Amino acid sequence: MTTGTGTFTQHATFTIERDYPAPPARLFRAWAEPEAKARWFACHDDWRSEGHQLDFRAGGSERLDTYPSAGDPSGDNVHAYRAHYYDVVPDERIVYAYEMYLGDKRMSVSLATVLFEPRAGGTRMTFTEQLVMFDDRWDAAGRELGTREGLENLARELARA
Amino acid sequence: MRAPEYVTLLSSVSARVTLNQLLNQSALDRVFQALADPTRRTIVERLSRGPASVSELAAPLDMSLPAVLQHLQLLEASGLVESEKTGRVRTCSINRKTLQAAEHWIARRRAAWERKFDRLGAYLAEEEKK
Repeated sequence: MTTGTGTFTQHATFTIERDYPAPPARLFRAWAEPEAKARWFACHDDWRSEGHQLDFRAGGSERLDTYPSAGDPSGDNVHAYRAHYYDVVPDERIVYAYEMYLGDKRMSVSLATVLFEPRAGGTRMTFTEQLVMFDDRWDAAGRELGTREGLENLARELARA
Repeated sequence: MRAPEYVTLLSSVSARVTLNQLLNQSALDRVFQALADPTRRTIVERLSRGPASVSELAAPLDMSLPAVLQHLQLLEASGLVESEKTGRVRTCSINRKTLQAAEHWIARRRAAWERKFDRLGAYLAEEEKK
């Protein structure tokens, strides 16, 4: 890496709220059971996911490797997700930290909090992520990812039009 | 030829939106490129604390003034930095708007979660039927 001067870090926090017509227990199970979680978490549109492992408990961990497309499983392109669970309150709360790697570069570290609250007819799920991104690694990765994503989106939109 | 079809395609809203995204993406690329160099990051970091003259920016850097000016040119081209000449002094400042484009990255992270939570909803609905 370069010298100490000019090393960038960027912090951000965002929250996503969703209401689902299902009781908190069912929503919680969708996060807690490996088969259920894989159904919505470990698939990535037309990307290929591999090796989803989930040990869901405080102190447990989770991992997932995702490749941008089936034809291009090169090591540089693997998006690796590595998580560690800290706090699990059944049907109420999940707190975990996760890292995202692009190849062997750590791109970000996040703390995620998921809350489940009963609401009339279902559950309000609140997901809050506090993250730090290592901007000095954006140059290559951002360019490569951004360009490919942009082109893929364009192709998809044109196909649809 | 199939020219009319092509025109229809380009004028469709979805295609326009995506072309816009592509254009924004190349602007973002210039920002990434500008930030890829440690000297330019030092300059941006200094400017993020407030405007500075070219000579103030050059003082802590171990390079010639023309070399510093070259870096500043690239930073201006990326849109990260703006400069204004008053008399004989050129003052540089950070362009907040462009810096915010970097936050685009975080918007993408958020969008990825939104898609996952859509799938979570679809999964729950599917289970409900069983």
